[in-house]
Amino acid sequence: MSLAQRGFAPFAAGLAQVGACGLFLVQILRAVPRSLRHFRETVRQVFFVGAMSLVIIMTCGLFVGMVLGLQLYHTLSIFGGTAALGTVVALSLYRELGPVVTALLFAGRAGTSITAEIGLMRATDQLDAMEMMAVDPLAYVVAPRFLAGIVAMPLLACTFNALGILGAHLVGVSWLGLDNGTFWSNMTSNVDVWDDVMNGVWKSTAFGAVITLIATFQGYTTPPTSEGVAYATTRTVVFSSIATLALDFVMTAFLM
Amino acid sequence: MDTNPATARDPALITIRGLRTVLNGKVIFDGVDLDIPRGRITAIMGPSGTGKTTLIRHVTGQLAPDAGTIMVDGQDVWKINRQALFALREKIGYLFQNSALLTDFSVFENVAFPLRQHLKLPEEIVRNIVLTKLQAVGLRGAAQLMPSELSGGMMRRVALARAIVRDPMLIIYDEPFVGLDPIALNQILILIRTLNQTLGITSILIAHELAAVQQVADSIYLLAAGKIAAHGAPAELARGASPWTKQFFAGEADGPVPFQYPAPDYAAQLGLGGAKP
Repeated sequence: MSLAQRGFAPFAAGLAQVGACGLFLVQILRAVPRSLRHFRETVRQVFFVGAMSLVIIMTCGLFVGMVLGLQLYHTLSIFGGTAALGTVVALSLYRELGPVVTALLFAGRAGTSITAEIGLMRATDQLDAMEMMAVDPLAYVVAPRFLAGIVAMPLLACTFNALGILGAHLVGVSWLGLDNGTFWSNMTSNVDVWDDVMNGVWKSTAFGAVITLIATFQGYTTPPTSEGVAYATTRTVVFSSIATLALDFVMTAFLM
Repeated sequence: MDTNPATARDPALITIRGLRTVLNGKVIFDGVDLDIPRGRITAIMGPSGTGKTTLIRHVTGQLAPDAGTIMVDGQDVWKINRQALFALREKIGYLFQNSALLTDFSVFENVAFPLRQHLKLPEEIVRNIVLTKLQAVGLRGAAQLMPSELSGGMMRRVALARAIVRDPMLIIYDEPFVGLDPIALNQILILIRTLNQTLGITSILIAHELAAVQQVADSIYLLAAGKIAAHGAPAELARGASPWTKQFFAGEADGPVPFQYPAPDYAAQLGLGGAKP
C-alpha cells in the first residue's frame, strides 16, 4: 500500500461509515410505519430518553441561565442597556444555546444509554433472537428510540430554555435589582414565536434525529464485545457532538 | 411402515446441497450435502469450531453461504424476500446457545413475547399457554422472576419454553444441555422426545453430550473438516469403523481431528532446543 493510499484509508473508512449510517437511516425510515404497531414501546422510550433526562436538563438550564444573566448584566451595564437583559437572554437561549447545549447533554445522557443498550442486546444475541422470532429489531428496537429522540429533544430544549430564563431572572431581577416588568416586557416585545422560538424547535428536532440516528447506528453495528460496546458509546458522544455543532452552523445559515 | 403423519408426506424438511462457506479465509463448509427428515430428531455433532452453529445460521437465513442451496419446507431460504423469510421463521423455534433472553422482560413476558408479537390472543389464553410451557420446563413458579435472577440452566429452560411456545414445525436446539443438572437434563430429554412424538415436530439438535444425544436422536450428522464425516443412526455411528467416528465417540486426542490448535514446535517455543519459533 502506497503512502498516499495509507493516508487516504482513514478518510475512506470514515466516508464508508457515513454512507452506512445513511443507509441505516433509510432502513429506519422504512421501519417506522411497522414500528407504529409497537406504539407503547415508543411511549416507553420517550419516557426513558425524555423524562429521565429532565433532571440534568433542568439543572444545567438553570445554571446556564444564571451565568448568562450575570455575564450579560455586567456587559450590558457598560452601555447602560441592562433593560435588554431579558431579550438578549431569551434570544440566546431560544436560537442557539437552548438547542445546542440540550443536544450535547442529550447525547451524553440519552445517546450513550441507547448505544449501550442496543450494543448489549447485540452482544447477548437478543437482536438475533428477535429476528428468529420474526420480529424486526429495526421496527421494535431502533425505530421507537429514533422517534422518541425526535419527540423528546424539542421538549427538553424548551424545558432548558424555560429554566434558563428563570435562572437569568433570578440573577438579574431578584439579585441584581433589575425591574421585573422591564425584564419581561422587553423580552415579550422583542422575541417572536415563529422566528425565534420555532427556530430553536426546528433545530432541536433535527439534533434529536441526528443524535438518535448516531446512537442507534453505533449500538446496532457494534462488535459484540465489551470493548466494542465501550468504543461505540464513546463514538456516540464524539460523533453526536461534532454533528450537532456542524448541523447547527448549517441550520443557522439557512434559518437566519 | 412409517405411521408419523409428518414424515409420510415429504421426506425432507430441510435439504442442503453443495454448501460452501468461507469465513475469515477459513473454509468452514466445502460441498456439504445434508437432509433433515420431517418429524425426526436429527443431531448435528462435531468438534468445536467445525461450523455447527454456522450451519444453523445458514438454514435460518441469518448468514449467507458462499455457494449452495438451502431449501426449508420447499423454499430456498436465500432466494425468498424478507417478508417470506419472516413468515418461515414464525414456524421455527430456535433455542440459542446463550439463551438470548430479553433482559428487560420477566420470564413470563419472555415466553409470551412471540405470542404477543404475532397473535392477538386474549390475555387469559396467553397466560394459559405460557404457564403450560413453563410447567413443561419446570419453571412455572419462576414466571415472575427476571432473567438476571436465574441460573444459566434455568435461563436455558426459559429459552426452551419460548422456542416451543408456538408449537413450531421445526425446533433448533443449539447446545440445549449445557449447564443443566442431571434432573433437568433428563426432563429436557423427555420433553424433546415428547414434542417430537406427540406433535411430529422436526428437531435439529446441536450438542456435544454423546449419551444424551444417543437417547433422543434418530440420526446423527458428524461434521468435520468442512464435510460430513459420518451420518447414520446413533448406535450405528457409535460402532462406526471410520477414523472420524472412532476418535469422536471415544474422545481420543489422536486421530483425524487434531486436539491442539495449529502451533509452532512446543519444545522450541519453551526454549528447550530445536528451531526458534
